[in-house]
Amino acid sequence: MIGYIIRRLLTAVIVVIGVAAITFAMLHYVAPSPVYIVLGTKATHRAIEVWNRQHGYDRPEIIQFLSYLNNLIHLNFGYAYKFSQSVSALFKENAGRSAYLSGTALVLSLIIALPLGVVQAVKRNSPGDYAATAVNFTLYSMPSFFLGLILIQVFALDLGWFPPGVSDTVTSTFSAITHVRQLFLPIITLALLNVAAFSRYMRSAALDELAQDYIRLARAKGLSERRVLVRHLLRNASLSTITLIGLSVPSLLAGNLLIEILFNYPGLGLLFYNALTNLDYNVMIAYTLLGAILTVLGNLLADITIAAADPRVRLG
Amino acid sequence: MAEPQDISAVGFGEDLGQGVALIPAPSGGLHQLVPDAGDVYATSSGWRLAWREYASNKLALIALALLILVVLFCFVGPIFYHSNQTLSNPLDQTQPPSAAHLLGTDENGFDELGRLMLGGQSALEIGAYASLVAIVIGTLYGAIAGLVGGVLDAVLMRFVDVLLSIPFLIVVLVLATKYSGTVLDISLVLGIFSWLVPSRLVRGEVLTLRTRDFVIAAQTMGANRRRVIFRHLIPNAMSVTIVNITFLIADSILALALLGFIGFGLQFPNTSWGDMLGNAQTYVTNGEWWLVYPVGGLLVIVVLCFNIIGDALRDAVDVRLRRR
Repeated sequence: MIGYIIRRLLTAVIVVIGVAAITFAMLHYVAPSPVYIVLGTKATHRAIEVWNRQHGYDRPEIIQFLSYLNNLIHLNFGYAYKFSQSVSALFKENAGRSAYLSGTALVLSLIIALPLGVVQAVKRNSPGDYAATAVNFTLYSMPSFFLGLILIQVFALDLGWFPPGVSDTVTSTFSAITHVRQLFLPIITLALLNVAAFSRYMRSAALDELAQDYIRLARAKGLSERRVLVRHLLRNASLSTITLIGLSVPSLLAGNLLIEILFNYPGLGLLFYNALTNLDYNVMIAYTLLGAILTVLGNLLADITIAAADPRVRLG
Repeated sequence: MAEPQDISAVGFGEDLGQGVALIPAPSGGLHQLVPDAGDVYATSSGWRLAWREYASNKLALIALALLILVVLFCFVGPIFYHSNQTLSNPLDQTQPPSAAHLLGTDENGFDELGRLMLGGQSALEIGAYASLVAIVIGTLYGAIAGLVGGVLDAVLMRFVDVLLSIPFLIVVLVLATKYSGTVLDISLVLGIFSWLVPSRLVRGEVLTLRTRDFVIAAQTMGANRRRVIFRHLIPNAMSVTIVNITFLIADSILALALLGFIGFGLQFPNTSWGDMLGNAQTYVTNGEWWLVYPVGGLLVIVVLCFNIIGDALRDAVDVRLRRR
């Protein structure tokens, strides 16, 4: 097990370096130097040349990449020119709020999706099952921002229960946690999108498990149906969701991005959006890298968790 | 290599599968099928079976019909419903639906119903082109990796692993800062990063196919590698690919909508459903519902239809695989 984890971590490092190379090459292609953010679009040729030389943007790409890698190893992600701060400081400031949004949404969606999938499987082909499947399928086919818009329309504008966006007073992770009403709609939107993805898998996993002998045995020995479903079916069927959560990291991040833009919630997604519109170079690379690292880690954690939860799984 | 006539007459193409053995019948040169499990319908082809299975799925038929309607609406609709989509009209800004403008007008005075058709054209075109790019690259890449095997396969697939660990939307957004605005640009950007899953699927399929007797037979008869790939492996890996195309189109249309919403959509006078929803927050707050819900609804319906069709196709192709 330890050996397996070490080997996987080593592969992960190689993958992240590969991602860094690809992102770096791509960004250099899109915008070879952040000089225009700093000096403005009207800067003279001469000024641009000098600035590029001073900041090392005139060196060959491969040298620039190696020095970028070197900085990465020292956990230096560079300087965000648009925001006049170092990227690590910016990320440290925003990561907590994004993690809070994704985390609560994820927990909430699991609380809804796991039982829902089991109930759908037990009462399969009933009107309720069809209705739930239809709703899930529709949510699954919906752009995240559109679902958010509908919720804003209904709960903020028509009913007036919640504010339509997050106000500018939410500046720290602590204030994000304490302003429950403001964060209600973003969290619900993100959670509903996850429910749509998870409960589909949960339903089919529960269907598979229902046909197994141990369920029949549990019923035959006289356990109450409730106990069969909660103790036996739910636990075993949840195993497949572990992998799914690990694999859903990229979509969580992307979902976050749009929800943060829509509700004006200051997190990493909104930061990336502002960097995109200004071509703020180091923020863009760092966010892409973060996405890749989270994806790789998500897969790894899912594999390890499932091996810990299910003794039948052998890691090789 | 010509296909042996008696085999294709049975209807399974060149791929007979492992569950069926072909042996010479003792009486007069005829071939006989000896299934080792299940029934084999000697008269209908695998694809016909798949279609029969698909057609038995009512929901899938409804989705297909709806999709055809939307395609007609977008591409044929403008012939019957004329509207000015190139010159903005300040006098007609954000009018609610009326007899002159069935779905009202947007903030530039463009007729919303006509704009819906225009946006639908680019959404469907980009969905088709992007998935085509992805399928062509993915199929070739996967087929080569699977067939050659060894070190090349390992290197090629590790490269896919690396690319797959970059979240799709993020990488597309980064590229879209430079390449967006035209249908071709966005199709290429989307297509270039969505061939990864198809390539894995095709490689897996090729790995199982290449040990099959008909491929070995073709190789023994002296078919070169190109012929084996294009004539035997790719056609037989088609079923996986076709199912994947529908999901790719759905994903591309969704991604296009997100790009438009964020502000990296098509350039005027072209538009996409995502571009039309770019200011949706303002519309919602101002109560201009006709600028939000028709577009969003149509977008969801189209993506939903593609997803339903994809699911049904997967089941149908499964049947084809099971029966043969």
